[in-house]
Amino acid sequence: MSKKLLLEKAHVEGIRYFDVYRREGGYRSVEKALKEMSPEAIVEEVKKSGLRGRGGAGFPAGMKWSFIAKPEGVPRHLVCNADESEPGTFKDRYLMEFIPHLLIEGLIVSSFALGSNDTYIYIRGEYAWIVDILEQAITEAKNNGFLGKNILGSGFDCDIHVQRGAGAYICGEETALIESLEGKRGNPRIKPPFPAVKGVWDRPTVVNNVETLAAVVPIINMGGDEYAKIGVGRSTGTKLISACGNINKPGVYEIDMTISVEEFIYSDEYCGGIPNGKKLKACIPGGSSVPILPANLLLKTAKGETRYMNYESLADGGFASGSMMGSGGFIVLDEDQCVVRHTLSLARFYRHESCGQCSPCREGTGWMEKILKNIEYGNGKMSDIDLLWDIQRKIEGNTICPLGDAAAWPVAAAIRHFRDEFEWHVLNPEESQERNYGLAHYADPIHVPVG
Amino acid sequence: MSDQQQLFKVTIDNITIEVPAGTTILNAARKIGGDVAPPAMCYYSKLEGSGGKCRTCLVEVSKGSEKDPRPMPKLVASCRTTVMDGMEVKNITSEKVLDARAGVVEFLLLNHPLDCPICDQAGECHLQDLSYEHGKEGTRYEFQRRTFKKHDIGPYIQLHMTRCILCYRCVFTADQLTKKREHGVLDRGDHAEIATFIEKSLENDFIGNVIDVCPVGALTDKTFRFKNRVWFLKPVDAHRDCPTCSGRVTLWNRGDEVFRVTARKDEWGEVEDTPDGKPGWICNTCRFEKKKTSDWVIEGPRLINRHSVISQGHYAGKVGTHMPTETFEAVNDGRKPKLLMDIHSVSEVNKPEVQLSLIDGPAHSKVFNQNND
Repeated sequence: MSKKLLLEKAHVEGIRYFDVYRREGGYRSVEKALKEMSPEAIVEEVKKSGLRGRGGAGFPAGMKWSFIAKPEGVPRHLVCNADESEPGTFKDRYLMEFIPHLLIEGLIVSSFALGSNDTYIYIRGEYAWIVDILEQAITEAKNNGFLGKNILGSGFDCDIHVQRGAGAYICGEETALIESLEGKRGNPRIKPPFPAVKGVWDRPTVVNNVETLAAVVPIINMGGDEYAKIGVGRSTGTKLISACGNINKPGVYEIDMTISVEEFIYSDEYCGGIPNGKKLKACIPGGSSVPILPANLLLKTAKGETRYMNYESLADGGFASGSMMGSGGFIVLDEDQCVVRHTLSLARFYRHESCGQCSPCREGTGWMEKILKNIEYGNGKMSDIDLLWDIQRKIEGNTICPLGDAAAWPVAAAIRHFRDEFEWHVLNPEESQERNYGLAHYADPIHVPVG
Repeated sequence: MSDQQQLFKVTIDNITIEVPAGTTILNAARKIGGDVAPPAMCYYSKLEGSGGKCRTCLVEVSKGSEKDPRPMPKLVASCRTTVMDGMEVKNITSEKVLDARAGVVEFLLLNHPLDCPICDQAGECHLQDLSYEHGKEGTRYEFQRRTFKKHDIGPYIQLHMTRCILCYRCVFTADQLTKKREHGVLDRGDHAEIATFIEKSLENDFIGNVIDVCPVGALTDKTFRFKNRVWFLKPVDAHRDCPTCSGRVTLWNRGDEVFRVTARKDEWGEVEDTPDGKPGWICNTCRFEKKKTSDWVIEGPRLINRHSVISQGHYAGKVGTHMPTETFEAVNDGRKPKLLMDIHSVSEVNKPEVQLSLIDGPAHSKVFNQNND
């Protein structure tokens, strides 16, 4: 049983309400931070903890906080990114729904550290019922003196506002989120200037993921050094993984990043194996935008070492034979799944969610979807596979925001690792309509070069 | 003051130039000019916040600056990246850039209808130039191109959404030139479109400028629609006393007839500054209503880039055909030309009092009719 920091109390009855949460030791970090620590000390503590952004990119949170500009007389803002729209990722929803006060507590401490008197939660529009939960938690916190004017007599004022999005994936990108928060069309901004210098209403802003901000609470409670001891290497602390797909026990799991991928999929404590005795074919380890890996590369790296559930190990081998931790959306595909169809559905998603601002992403995502549709429905040509590869290559890295990369990577990885399945679709247009390619050789042990 | 005028040394395609701090790579490259200047479809120096969207101006930064010589990991949009001291940029000398640019051109043309033969913008279209200079000869796209429901946006401006490349220039123009913006971008992704909300016409004294900023034929002049091809017209600079705008325009004439009026554009296709340093936007009255030569004070022919189709075989001056200044006598040792037959003695059409050589451009029936009465 690995250590739980965030979801430890998630199933205590009534933890959603202030009284129970407080009785279970909630809001200790606010008392500690506001009474005993300076904002700089909190930033230092978060830096020491090695906490990495949980939204996908894995950028060190303390570092991000220290970049915030502090011009005289200009208010600063903290924005909580709760626009969790990546297919396969639902960890923030779980956290906000079951233990909303943890997020509020983390937000108060982080706002104090960053000097934000008006803090925003930008929440996905589809999470309509969670808005009510959060607003109730905010009201309760306010009534008990943890929010509002002069919190705990420290002279620090803070208000938290919940803003609903309108259901656009792109608004999870931090600058698009800021535009949307300002009431504009959610188009990503061109960086620089970075939000740390010019964010919401041109004021210095920090945008953090829900889980990152919630993780500030245990960091303050136990100290940064103590937190850094959990986990392995530069992957410190615990991570929420939302597992779904062909597994026996889908759900949100908190892991301390020391377990192997194999253990995560097959142990009863976590996913509980694959139903109906099927075999593992492929897996997307970190949300729809990260590269898909076949079973053999997922469980072992190209060097033949065991792959672990942490930032470094999942990324081992780069994109040639590795993937990314991403936002922790763990999607498992068994031998009955078709990778072409799967890639098509992702391409359709990115085509639909592209904001249309810059040309490679706007035109390229639609083109890729049309070609994939042809291949999937038996109208593909052999040259289409190379064409897809060329299109994704021309989108990747040439766009304003990472959505272009996110649209290109799944297609690239699918062709890189599952090219023969694409070719089988092209060569057997009729058969591919009736049956799947199956497991094929994707679970075979890979040849590891000696030395 | 001396701090603000700090000069940065930047090397673009092995040509070094000094520019003030805060200049973008694109503007530094434009100072060098020629092929070094990256193409720009969405950037418009007169519009705040434009640029960064079309990705045609991507360049490779092979050395970040003197202090931090690391190269930038990705290609950057030169229109929105400011230069650093000692920066080294590769534009046409970088394979990566040329490859990415060819890709962007392909993406831009993917859903473009390629209806140049019936498009009023043909001949002065930036997308035509771009695809000619940077594109590939064919397309690999085998699907239906997207279409849109047609919107009527008023009596002056014609919107062809299928031709649009979503550069957002017209949106910025309406935002920054007029008090009320009525059009914007609806929807997202490849079904995003320029439209009004809902079915309004664009009515504003300066809204006609969206025609000038549009790099393609998506926004064209309804009063000029299908009237003529731009390369048959002769651009002349003219001005009038206009109470609302600078009144400095380019008239596009054929003979004496004014076919259309546009703002004066510089070599980058952007509106020229007036002598007081402001962009020379023009009002709707000047653009759409004043279509008689008598409304204007003609200043002289407009100089057009000699590579442009517009400047083919038109008039004397810096560009185009050269009008001979030496006389026949001077060339032929004082001999006068031998007159074999006087055309005026047999023809009713030509008039002896009309000196054809003194007319700029093709002779027009009006030239003869005017002299007749």
